[in-house]
Amino acid sequence: MDHILVAKNVSKAYGDFTALSNISLEIPENCIYGLLGPNGAGKTTFIRIINQITYQDKGEVLFNGNPLAPEHISHIGYLPEERGLYKSMKVGEQALYLAQLKGLSKTEAKKRLKYWFDRLDIGDWWNKKIQELSKGMAQKIQFIVTVLHEPKLLIFDEPFSGFDPINANIIKDEILQLKEKGTSIIFSTHRMESVEELCEHIALIHKSEKILDGKLSDIKKAYKNNIFNVGLEIQQDGETFVNTLKDKFQILSSSFDKEEKQLDFTIQLPSNNTAGVLAELSNRANINHFEETIPSANDIFIQTVNNKENDR
Amino acid sequence: MTGKLLLIIRREYLAKVRNKSFIIMTILSPLLIVGMIVLIAYLTKINDSEKRVISVLNESSFFNGQFRTSESTSYVRFEDLSLQEAKDSTSSLGYYGLLYLPEGANLEQVSKTTYLFTKDNPNTNVTQQLEGIFQKQLRQEKLESLGVSPEQFSDIESSFEINLATFDGEKSIKGINEIKAFIGGGFGYAIMMFIIIYGGFVMRSVIEEKTSRIIEVIISSVKPFQLMLGKIIGTSLAGITQFTIWIISASLLLFLVSLFLGIDLRAIAAENPMTSGGMNGMAQFSTPPSTEMMLYAKEILNIPWFLLISSFLVYFILGYFIYSSIYAAIGAAVDNETDTQQFIFPIILPLMLAIYVGFFSVFSNPHGPIAVGFSLFPLTSPIVMLMRLPGGIGEGGVPLWQLLLSITLLIGTFFGIVWLAAKIYRVGILMYGKRPTYKELFKWLKY
Repeated sequence: MDHILVAKNVSKAYGDFTALSNISLEIPENCIYGLLGPNGAGKTTFIRIINQITYQDKGEVLFNGNPLAPEHISHIGYLPEERGLYKSMKVGEQALYLAQLKGLSKTEAKKRLKYWFDRLDIGDWWNKKIQELSKGMAQKIQFIVTVLHEPKLLIFDEPFSGFDPINANIIKDEILQLKEKGTSIIFSTHRMESVEELCEHIALIHKSEKILDGKLSDIKKAYKNNIFNVGLEIQQDGETFVNTLKDKFQILSSSFDKEEKQLDFTIQLPSNNTAGVLAELSNRANINHFEETIPSANDIFIQTVNNKENDR
Repeated sequence: MTGKLLLIIRREYLAKVRNKSFIIMTILSPLLIVGMIVLIAYLTKINDSEKRVISVLNESSFFNGQFRTSESTSYVRFEDLSLQEAKDSTSSLGYYGLLYLPEGANLEQVSKTTYLFTKDNPNTNVTQQLEGIFQKQLRQEKLESLGVSPEQFSDIESSFEINLATFDGEKSIKGINEIKAFIGGGFGYAIMMFIIIYGGFVMRSVIEEKTSRIIEVIISSVKPFQLMLGKIIGTSLAGITQFTIWIISASLLLFLVSLFLGIDLRAIAAENPMTSGGMNGMAQFSTPPSTEMMLYAKEILNIPWFLLISSFLVYFILGYFIYSSIYAAIGAAVDNETDTQQFIFPIILPLMLAIYVGFFSVFSNPHGPIAVGFSLFPLTSPIVMLMRLPGGIGEGGVPLWQLLLSITLLIGTFFGIVWLAAKIYRVGILMYGKRPTYKELFKWLKY
């Protein structure tokens, strides 16, 4: 697979403070890459290095196989976490200015702006001043300005902060469509819920270090621990049933609904071979459901961070 | 890359020029300035028209006809009144004061016992005038006793003015050094005002970009240095626009006002304390005034205008860039304008110093060691050197090496300061939260 961006052993310190230590990442083309970590982990520093706002002390960053250079700026779109617009400038004028700074000609910028303004249903804002708009409205304009020059690589730092759920959804759909069109996207956040729906690859950054990266599905597979949720319909008493199971299996928790005759429990298997337990259970009861618990990104994150802390 | 710089300059210029308070200031300032001038002219006129009346009670046999009514003072003789009565009537008539000359055997005795009674402490003009009358009379008396006739006395009395000439034989005149330094000082003062006003604009514009959080969006497209440069140039262009409008509209207004109100503005110019020292006494000199004026005109035309104006441009551009890049760095270092005070004072200080040193030291001695020192020191040279330059370069003026050294030092400083400011700017614009200390600013230079 081709990589849009490769970072090799990138380090950055501000005085005594280490912002990034020896980070290596490979960001594949045409995918949504989640850059995850708590606040202050070093995500924004890394993103600023990609945008050439600051420079790494050590290491190398390759864009499309070439060392990062000023001309790459026009191929990158960046929506920073700390974002805003000139308050007293008119929307249209401001969008044109920012688009031209990214290297678009005035006519081309106008054409594309018209398309996006219509698409996001904000055509009549052109002559308004930013200070007349709500925060969410201003965010839409920032989104447009970020994607307008059709960059190969888009970087969103906490893109959904400041959006109400409806507009957040609109923006999420737009991000997915941009990916469909072939754009590579880096998505930086500390909110893990949004990661699962969007990202195919993730990297976890914690205290300036990368502690985990890879395909989200692979990571999840690796973090599966053979725990299954089971629901049974049984005729006898739940407790005695569970007790008989405990002789053979490791039962983590259970609950029994007498009226529905429904027994729910989680079970820890030694491997992911489920044949034995399924045969045993189907002999003795009706199986309503039997599913493997997949760890959430949040779980993985917490678990990895804890492991890391314990290693020290 | 230059395309982006032009875009930034254009935006900064338009943002400034369209700003409401900027427009109001542009329109209002000439009105205010002209209004002030008209007010000063009016007050000067009132002041002039006020005449003091001094009553004279002369019990002596001297000083008959010496107290002649002049432009500002008139004398009223009191006869056959006691001193107390004279005092009372003087105050009830609202006169300025009473001059009492008691009886005496001779002029000297009378003079020594003469008193001036006034309500409050008398104006020094008044006492000087009276003292002059007495001195003249005493001198005349003494000379007469030595056998000098009144005719001979008036011969001696004619005032004397030394003739001045430069070594190459050209006639020169008193006060021209001050006038020349004043013209140069005008240019220097313009630079200072420009730096303070528009440097402040640059700073506020940086702070605005920080507080509105647009800064990171912009510098993901352009280099911070480009943004800083574009901001400084755009703001200075807006400033030049404003200055030009001010000068044109103020002179137009002044012309109209003097036309309609009939105020003689040249009369006010003559009142100017800076020039009055040299010009006041002139009217009475033996040389006809027209020759004097011709000499002044000649001297002013002799000022190397081309040198002065081209050096003004050099010093203006370099000085403005040095200071406004410091202003930009300050704007980047803080989060809001109230935090700027501690950083602004140190940069205003050299500017003020330049102006004061200029007016106190360079005026009297344009080529003395202090004037030379300050005209070489890069942070004051834009102002002080311009005060020295109207005297020309070379012999009798600024030595060429000083001018070249001053400009070289300024250029060196320009690169140094802009480099440092750009570093602080680059780090500062992305720092939010607390106000940095000088120590932290120093650290930022190493990031």
